[in-house]
Amino acid sequence: MNIQKRFGGLLAVDKVSLSVRKGELLGIIGPNGSGKTTLVNLITGFVKPHSGRVIFKGSDITGKRPYRIAELGITRTFQLVKPFYQLPAFKNLIIPLYSPRVKRLRGGRYGERDDVAIDLLEEVGFERDSYVPYKAASSLPHGYLKRLELARCLALRSELLILDELFSGMSMSEVASTMPIIERLHEEGLTIIMVEHRLRELFRVANRVIVLNYGKKIADGSSTEVMESEAVKAAYLGTEAEG
Amino acid sequence: MVSSILVYGLVNSVILALITIGFSLTFGISGVANFAYGGFYLLSGYLTWMLLKLLGLPFVLAIFITILIVGFLGFLVYWVILLRVRGIVLSEVIATFALGVGMLEFFRWKGFVTYEFTLPYFKKGMLFIAGVPVDYQRLFIIGIGLALVLFLYVFTHHTRIGWSFRGIAQNERTAISLGIESDWTAALSLAFGCALGAVAAIAILPLGIISINMGYDVLLIAVAVGIVGGLESVPGILVASLILGYAQIITSVYLSAEWMMVVYLAAIVVVLVIRPSGLFGKFKELEERV
Amino acid sequence: MAIQYRKERLDRGIKARCEDIFALASHREMLYLLLPRVVPVIILLSFPLLKGIVGLYWEKVLVITCAIGLLSLSWDLMASVGLVSLGQSLFFGVGAYITGFLNHSFGWPYFLTIPCGTVGGALFCAIFLLPVLRLRGVYFAIVTLTLPLLLTRFIEASKILGGNEGLSSLSPLPHLWFELYVPVLAVLVCLFGFRRLINEDYGLVLQGIRDNDLAVMSGAINIYKFKAHAVFVAGLAGTFAGAFMTHYYQFVGMPAFALDYSILPLTCAVLGGAGTFAGPTLGAFILVPLSEALRAFGTLRVVFYSAILIICIVGIPEGIFHYIQRKYHQFERAVEVG
Repeated sequence: MNIQKRFGGLLAVDKVSLSVRKGELLGIIGPNGSGKTTLVNLITGFVKPHSGRVIFKGSDITGKRPYRIAELGITRTFQLVKPFYQLPAFKNLIIPLYSPRVKRLRGGRYGERDDVAIDLLEEVGFERDSYVPYKAASSLPHGYLKRLELARCLALRSELLILDELFSGMSMSEVASTMPIIERLHEEGLTIIMVEHRLRELFRVANRVIVLNYGKKIADGSSTEVMESEAVKAAYLGTEAEG
Repeated sequence: MVSSILVYGLVNSVILALITIGFSLTFGISGVANFAYGGFYLLSGYLTWMLLKLLGLPFVLAIFITILIVGFLGFLVYWVILLRVRGIVLSEVIATFALGVGMLEFFRWKGFVTYEFTLPYFKKGMLFIAGVPVDYQRLFIIGIGLALVLFLYVFTHHTRIGWSFRGIAQNERTAISLGIESDWTAALSLAFGCALGAVAAIAILPLGIISINMGYDVLLIAVAVGIVGGLESVPGILVASLILGYAQIITSVYLSAEWMMVVYLAAIVVVLVIRPSGLFGKFKELEERV
Repeated sequence: MAIQYRKERLDRGIKARCEDIFALASHREMLYLLLPRVVPVIILLSFPLLKGIVGLYWEKVLVITCAIGLLSLSWDLMASVGLVSLGQSLFFGVGAYITGFLNHSFGWPYFLTIPCGTVGGALFCAIFLLPVLRLRGVYFAIVTLTLPLLLTRFIEASKILGGNEGLSSLSPLPHLWFELYVPVLAVLVCLFGFRRLINEDYGLVLQGIRDNDLAVMSGAINIYKFKAHAVFVAGLAGTFAGAFMTHYYQFVGMPAFALDYSILPLTCAVLGGAGTFAGPTLGAFILVPLSEALRAFGTLRVVFYSAILIICIVGIPEGIFHYIQRKYHQFERAVEVG
């Protein structure tokens, strides 16, 4: 089954057309300001495109409200993580678990949300038996907060997961411990779009990579194809000065 | 009949625009809340009155001093009150609103409500435009109003200070990193806004007696014009004033004078449902803030 | 070199011992937990009984305090979802007028008009405010500020619902105990009810909307629906106050939309501590009797509220309830540095 997106948009995103197949892991890279986050916002409904359409599982979701789109099965992480600091980590997950989508998919009775939240945290690597899931979000290190963000998305059991610079700000060891989680999710069949700056890890796992520059798509292919592309090199490194 | 509607409609519209300018400069354009605007408006009126009657100063001097004092007070308000809550828009709104109410109710308590409190006309006499009698005061108002709207537009689009006003509204951090002293700019914006309100007060209050309700009405007007036209847009102020001004006059002719204020209610409701950011406004809906 | 100190705040021993089920272990701990909750309830419920000693005047003050308390609680619930209202009098007035109208025009008795006024009023206000919920928080504040003022002009102009004179000679309430206990019970129900609500998962969603609505939206939750719920439920408290007071005064008129009913709850909430529900109630019980005692000053009282409001917003934004709570749960001591 095809998941497909096709759109032009604001000038921040200039006639970008892309499609994602179900179960694929698509990477989106590009220099700063190339429109990657705007692209994510367009897909998830936080910004309305001026032209073009977003089609998900055969139906047009262009311009729908973000919560409708999340309801239909697309979730995203936010670059700037703002958890509810005074609450314990697992309480942060209560909110997505309260949504109608979760009620539909998981069922669940009163009082079960806390348990589900703890399970979710375990999935993203919070040590279950320690005190970590119960600590206030304000006392968690950055890597944990990013994984909390991931757990927030997983709570919805979405079909398409968009990770907006999940690894930004993470140390090497944190990336190393989080990457297997992503890989596992991919193996389990989740369709993933990863917007990233850390190219090495991305190139390793992505099925396909798209490169944006100044809002335009300049490359679309496998990791190796993209790495060798002249246009991509020029975008990142610049071209040689004339003369 | 038609010509009198046209002329009085224009006068009314310019009055509305004149009232809104000061509020819009501070809140719409610079993003600094000034809901004490109504209080300052009346304060200007009383101050001028006191300078005239109690100190016997010449009119022009009294006006000048009032504008300076009110502007300075606006400046002070920022440093004393708003500085601590800067950035939390709602606290700013509440704090300045409380200040305005405090000022207005203080005036009410002091008894500034009788007919003695009037300001003199600039110049007595009247003209006939298209067969409609228009007194000089109203002509002055039109002149001052249009001049100020023009001034506001030029100021915010073509001067450094004007740009810095707009800058702090958009993104304070960026503004600071560009060398714009955010606090000073905001305080100046508050001062300018109040001073413009003083100008409006001195021009408009002579038309009738000074009453406390005018203070609240002024705030209503400024808010209504802002919502209809778009809080941060100068052309929006003009167009919205024209629409509301004419709507008011037509209502008062065909229904009755009391319905004039209701026009604002209807306008606000309609605008919020159909186009919340106002006619010329660019504020987007809640979601589009990413 | 001088010894330097820093202040340190620690939970009191008894609070630490009260975590979870251990509180049941001893009477002292249970008392520690129950006392703050039970004492106000006892005081409130027994105050009407003291009318012989205290006099009817102060019993009347109690009723008004409860009305303002309800408005403050209503404000606080809306603020918990991120909607700061500058015009609580909107709810009060709408509830009052619907009740008055039903009684005046159709002769319905109080036990029909008050519920209808409450629920109908809350529905009316929620629907009226629906378009504003889509917008940024500031718009809600601005619109709630202007709506009561404009509705007054509307009533004055259209002369409906009694116009300037209002509707008078409405039916009274049955007897004194009713008059005194219903508002008190209403306040208690709302206070404990709202607190329970905000601590449940539902309330967590509401607070989430206040803190980070984009994240909540991306969690597949329709934030507008929740905001509308909050306005309705909070509105119920406000409209009930209006509905009840209409029959208490046996009159409803333009003063129902008075600025007092907007500013006073706001001040109580800010003074007492927004977000705690107990704070605004406490604020109400401080400010309203105080303002009654200052009756001689007339309109100067509003100036007084404004001054308090400004001082609180700028100086003690968290309110006195938080302060009291902190003192109750924690103690401070100076600790040597280095």
